[in-house]
Amino acid sequence: MKKVSILDLFLTFMKIGAFSFGGGYAMLPILSKELVEKKGWTDDKELTDYYAIGQCTPGVIAVNVSTFIGNKLRGFFGGIIATLGMVFIPTVLLLVIAIFLTRFADNPYVKDALSGISACVCVLIVNAVIKMWKNSVVDFATFCLFLVSLGLCLATWFLPFSLSPVILVLGGAIAGIIIKKAKSGDKKK
Amino acid sequence: MIYLRLFYEFFKVGLFSVGGGMATIPFLQDISLRLGWFTTSELSDMIAVSESTPGPIGVNMATFAGYKTAFGIFNNQFAGVLGGLVATVGLIAPAIIVIMLVSKALQKFSDNKYVKGAMYGLRAVSMALISYAGLGVMKITLINLDAFSKSGNIFDLFVFKTIILAVLIFVLQKIFKKIHPIVYIIFSAVVGIVFNFA
Repeated sequence: MKKVSILDLFLTFMKIGAFSFGGGYAMLPILSKELVEKKGWTDDKELTDYYAIGQCTPGVIAVNVSTFIGNKLRGFFGGIIATLGMVFIPTVLLLVIAIFLTRFADNPYVKDALSGISACVCVLIVNAVIKMWKNSVVDFATFCLFLVSLGLCLATWFLPFSLSPVILVLGGAIAGIIIKKAKSGDKKK
Repeated sequence: MIYLRLFYEFFKVGLFSVGGGMATIPFLQDISLRLGWFTTSELSDMIAVSESTPGPIGVNMATFAGYKTAFGIFNNQFAGVLGGLVATVGLIAPAIIVIMLVSKALQKFSDNKYVKGAMYGLRAVSMALISYAGLGVMKITLINLDAFSKSGNIFDLFVFKTIILAVLIFVLQKIFKKIHPIVYIIFSAVVGIVFNFA
């Protein structure tokens, strides 16, 4: 693969960061469009893995994914440049708002625009799920793991307990190791 | 030195908030109570602004909180901007360090069967967490439980404007696969303003 220029890396992530509404998950279709389709820097399978790891490492998922991809393309420095690109516009915008627009979130136009965007965010997350599904839920065992985890999460809406994603993620990793081990044991017989 | 302190406090937030931007809020509440850098009502202001601007919510919160803190102490906008930048760098630093290490380890051990097994299970759980987040967003944006429980009218349960827009975007992007998702974000913002969605 041709060496990616640092400027290209920064500008690409800057563009993604400028339009990342609704959190890291809704960002996936944009990442996929820019990085997989347009630039060919990564593929959907790798993105799925970065998200999976981003769930259990500290920090914001968008930052984790940017660091991963930048690091893969241009090493340590690339990881930092991609991450700075991602946070550049949001940070500048936030500072401008903090200085000049004290009542920004109350502005009726801002509220209307965001209500519209929230509809789009729903679609973007549905797309993220569709995109990642075939790389994540690959057989019956992973389907069960998916259902149990989702069920536990949804149960927190109705039952009085809370569930840290860390526990789920750790459980998933351990379950994965056990399932794989059991499967390879079957094959040997 | 307030900037070192800001860096340190937000470094801690970044280090311990696992699983997305909303996970930073309890830590910021703790800062508010412990250090009094901003009040809880300022914090809810920050959440509102962070959600209404692009970018990871955790990062936005750090920028805003850092600005408020330094501005509050020095009563000077440049000091505030510096505070915002320091807090932001503090928040993202742990993630960068950890991901660099994980990335190195993954390259080295990607063929290890335990790593493979763990990733295999992790992807399925990650999928569940993303689906859960998606259902959460839909619950907030597409249905209105408050209005329904007040009136008992089933038509009040659904936010029809938003549902129609979401379905429209879903269908459009299925037909026009080439169009960039950013176009749909801008389109939905314009529709929101034109039809008074809020």
